[in-house]
Amino acid sequence: MGYLWLVIALPLAGAVTLLLFGKRIGEPGAGTLASSLVGAAFLIALVGSYDFITGSGHAEVVSGFAWIPGLGIELALLWDPLSSMMTLVVTGVGALIHVYAIGYMHGDPRYGRFFTYLNLFIASMLILVLGESFGVLFIGWELVGLSSYLLISFWFEKPSAAAAGKKAFVVNRIGDFGFLIALMVIFAEVGSLSYGTVFEEAAEVMTTGTATLVTLLLLVGAAGKSAQLPLYVWLPDAMEGPTPVSALIHAATMVTAGVYMVARTGALFELAPFSAGTVATVGAVTALYAATIAIGQRDIKRVLAYSTISQLGYMFMGVGAAAYVAGMFHLVTHAFFKALLFLGAGSVIHAMSGEQDMWKMGGLRRLMPTTFATMVIAWLAISGIPPLSGFFSKDEILAVTFDKGGWFVVLWVVGIATAALTAFYMTRLMLLTFWGEPRWDEGVAPHESPRVMTAPLIALGALAAVGGFLNTPFRLGRLGAGLEHFLEPAFEAVEQAHLPAAGTQWLLALVSVAAAVAGIWYGWRRYVERELPAEEGGVWDSLLAGYRVDDLYGRALVLPGKKLSEAAAFTADMKVVDGAVNGVGALVTRLAAWLRPIQNGLARSYGVGILAGAVALVVWLLASGGGS
Amino acid sequence: MEFPALALLVLLPAGGAGIVALIPERRRDLILPVTVGLTMLPLAVALWILWEFEVGNGAFQLTERVLWFEPLGISWNVGVDGISLLLVVLTAVLFPISILASTSITKNVKMYMVSMLILETGLLGVFVALDLLLFFVFFEVTLIPMYLLIGIWGSENRVYAAVKFVLYTALGSALMLAAIIWLAVVAGPQLGGTTFDFTRLLDAELSSGAQLWLFLAFGAAFAIKVPLFPFHTWLPDAHTEAPTAGSVLLAGVLLKLGTYGFVRFNLTLFPDASVRLAPWIAAIAVVGIVYGAVVAIVQPDVKRLVAYSSVSHLGFIVLGTFALTTQGIQGGVIQMVNHGLTTGGLFLLVGMIYDRRHTREIADYGGLARVMPLYAGFFLFTAFASAGLPGLNGFIGEFKVLLGSYLSLPVHAVVAAFGVVLAAVYLLWAYERVFTGPVTKEENEKLVDLNAREISILVPIAALIVFLGVYPRPALDRIEPSVDVILERIEAQTDYDVPRFGTTAEIDLAAEGD
Repeated sequence: MGYLWLVIALPLAGAVTLLLFGKRIGEPGAGTLASSLVGAAFLIALVGSYDFITGSGHAEVVSGFAWIPGLGIELALLWDPLSSMMTLVVTGVGALIHVYAIGYMHGDPRYGRFFTYLNLFIASMLILVLGESFGVLFIGWELVGLSSYLLISFWFEKPSAAAAGKKAFVVNRIGDFGFLIALMVIFAEVGSLSYGTVFEEAAEVMTTGTATLVTLLLLVGAAGKSAQLPLYVWLPDAMEGPTPVSALIHAATMVTAGVYMVARTGALFELAPFSAGTVATVGAVTALYAATIAIGQRDIKRVLAYSTISQLGYMFMGVGAAAYVAGMFHLVTHAFFKALLFLGAGSVIHAMSGEQDMWKMGGLRRLMPTTFATMVIAWLAISGIPPLSGFFSKDEILAVTFDKGGWFVVLWVVGIATAALTAFYMTRLMLLTFWGEPRWDEGVAPHESPRVMTAPLIALGALAAVGGFLNTPFRLGRLGAGLEHFLEPAFEAVEQAHLPAAGTQWLLALVSVAAAVAGIWYGWRRYVERELPAEEGGVWDSLLAGYRVDDLYGRALVLPGKKLSEAAAFTADMKVVDGAVNGVGALVTRLAAWLRPIQNGLARSYGVGILAGAVALVVWLLASGGGS
Repeated sequence: MEFPALALLVLLPAGGAGIVALIPERRRDLILPVTVGLTMLPLAVALWILWEFEVGNGAFQLTERVLWFEPLGISWNVGVDGISLLLVVLTAVLFPISILASTSITKNVKMYMVSMLILETGLLGVFVALDLLLFFVFFEVTLIPMYLLIGIWGSENRVYAAVKFVLYTALGSALMLAAIIWLAVVAGPQLGGTTFDFTRLLDAELSSGAQLWLFLAFGAAFAIKVPLFPFHTWLPDAHTEAPTAGSVLLAGVLLKLGTYGFVRFNLTLFPDASVRLAPWIAAIAVVGIVYGAVVAIVQPDVKRLVAYSSVSHLGFIVLGTFALTTQGIQGGVIQMVNHGLTTGGLFLLVGMIYDRRHTREIADYGGLARVMPLYAGFFLFTAFASAGLPGLNGFIGEFKVLLGSYLSLPVHAVVAAFGVVLAAVYLLWAYERVFTGPVTKEENEKLVDLNAREISILVPIAALIVFLGVYPRPALDRIEPSVDVILERIEAQTDYDVPRFGTTAEIDLAAEGD
């Protein structure tokens, strides 16, 4: 498997080449080069995955070189079903989105640079998922943060885009603070950051308390990267980036890194049931919370951004409930349908000359048939309508959660409520965009996007439609449970949650489909009318502003932080610390001025001084006992 | 006798100063290229030393010892080990670069170059000196040229900054000199007579009380030099007023005199005091990490911002040093080099824009990424290296320091980790204000992007940043044995046990050896 390095090296080479020569290669060469390299990486990964698909493969560590001696961090890769699945998603969906971007970024003056960053992202994400240690994971973790920063603020001349990029990086760094401390504790306890050693030794070395501490700290990191409460605030703003970026990084791949990490570190979460429960709870609460905000958004991309946060919540629920396969399953199907939704939205925005407000869209379904048709698949898939992909994966998470009983039943209820809301806000998005009368601004002439953009839509549409059969919980003969068997070797060391009995499964599925249908039905009734509801004032304003959490963070954290910083800089540092230094200086000067008359150059006054000194010395010697 | 490479290394720049002084005034145009050429000589010697240095040997190498003044036991006693080796190379690398970055100096160029070369002799001498008096002399020699660089070629408030710099650091040095003399005169006779020989003084038996006072006297000089909070206020003034090359060398090398001194002298000569005071010094370092970063956020002046970021980053070095673990001290030593490259790089970059616009105020810029894309790229790259992005050099040291400090000083380490968050805040916010958004000032509209000379200055630094970030092993392999020597000494002389990490640490380390 030595050739596994190629999977990372190809996009990395692309990034370096385009950084140096991107301008010279130009359009569309830069896009073609970047896309083909990612495509090639996908093919290599596919070949490498063959043994896992047939069930004859086994995990393999591909060694590299010692990166940081003394910490025992080797740049080594781990090729197991979990990393191979992530690699396939990242390179597969990534390649499609690269192709789409060839068309989407057409005419951009920094076309080559865009693909530099996109390739850099793919390479970073592959380092993240392929690394065999927390150390290598952390390299990828930070590098995807860098690529995300560069791509969100790609149009840096727009102040809002620049600010959004910085916000994303800083909020992620807050998560990394937790992650970093987790690494310190792990290293102190185990003396290694390699997965193999850590997972093997953890059970012996770590107490439940330590394991709980470590996993909660890891959760802080995961919540930052995967935009969970309370660190989700960067993701809606990240929509400032070009839409292919939103699709690839802020929906399909990078934001799933937190889910991947929890699944990867299942051996640690197993030792800390409290942390696992916390992961599931954070996920469920985030899922519901973000879904309510998605209802009130008017910007098509922001609906999808909050939807992503909500869907990531489901994945957290899954992996928190130790339903690792279900969580990863939803990660895969979500990558398909959410990438599709974003690319579809991008196609719409492209057609509407950059308009993102759904209130200014409407009636697009006849003008953009391919975009529309594929979006319908994604809409029904995310809403959980069988037999589309989202139904199976979401249902599996919900079923397993229910089966765990106790507190998890509450989370299941939250999950069902979220399902209804999801169906509702997606119906709202579809109807506002594609149905009804045109509400376009003057001069907007929508048209279907070029082939280079619609082809990826069709591919993703097909995947979103049938992706669910990767792992049907209903055991449909040979088709079912493929992913479960595929992933089995990666999770054989950890205790996994189980699906309930078939009867219960059917019943639970019925409930979740009912919730989805209810959401769609209500949404349809509300938005299919010629006269749209006003949706202004009161609760709608609050929803539109995301419950004004940004304001709250601004007032409670950013502003006081700035005040503190100003107080430290301009009062504490300038006046107190430096004031003391200058004060001592001034004092010395004054003392010198006061003492200067003594140096009057007259021998007799020096003589008096010497005499006085001698007398004082004698007196002191006598007083202290005559020197004996 | 072996080839006296270190003597050559130290004396070449001083000799060069003599050559530069002889260049006739009508050939002023030759001064800069000749000086660059002259600084390539010590660089060549430094690289030769790097080549000759035996990896895996923690002792001093390439040592030279010539007795100078027998009655007082003063000798030309020099050598390099893993602690000083990379600092010597860093110094030799930064000088040609700094001089190439000095094209905007027009006033009294010859004296400027002579000062630079004397400074180089002083700095190289400090890192190789193994005689305390020799060390002290070199330590002080660096003051004068730096005083001149700031005081003559600095900006508006240069005299204030220069005087503050000299008086503040001289105050610390005075205490250190007293301690050095005490060691030579009082402890020396234990070993058969007055001696300033550092390697011999290591064997002196010092009472725990004496160690404490000597530690504090040495520590005062080094704490001011680093600078540790609250002795840092001379630094932002010196940095803002100094010309570009002055800032680069100040941040890149001069500050390391303090951190180097702590590792070289305090840990080794006063192990008992080191163990006792370690949590306290580390606490001051951690306060500096957070304080420097918090204060950096709102600085209106780019140079002041970078200066305060230095206070924060050097806190990591001191924390690692006094964590008293292999990883911590190693991390501190490599961080000395890394900080020299990243912060040196940032000051070079600030200097390039200052040469064009003659302002350091962040508010005077905005939107530069469109006008000067290449410059913006280099700046962002260096900023991320400074903010500790894995894959670039800054990460290696900070990560090692954090992991290395956690076991001995967990609370310190956790608080220090927050400095990593703050680094992203002050660097990215500054980048946002200077480089993104529309160009708001007309003067910035016509700025010219980097020229070939400037690119040739930045490329070697960028290359080293990537190299040390991706493949730090050659550097760490050279540092580690010497760090182990220091820790073994501390373990032998005190009842301190270096904390071992986990159960498998030793196996891992053994496996890496081959």
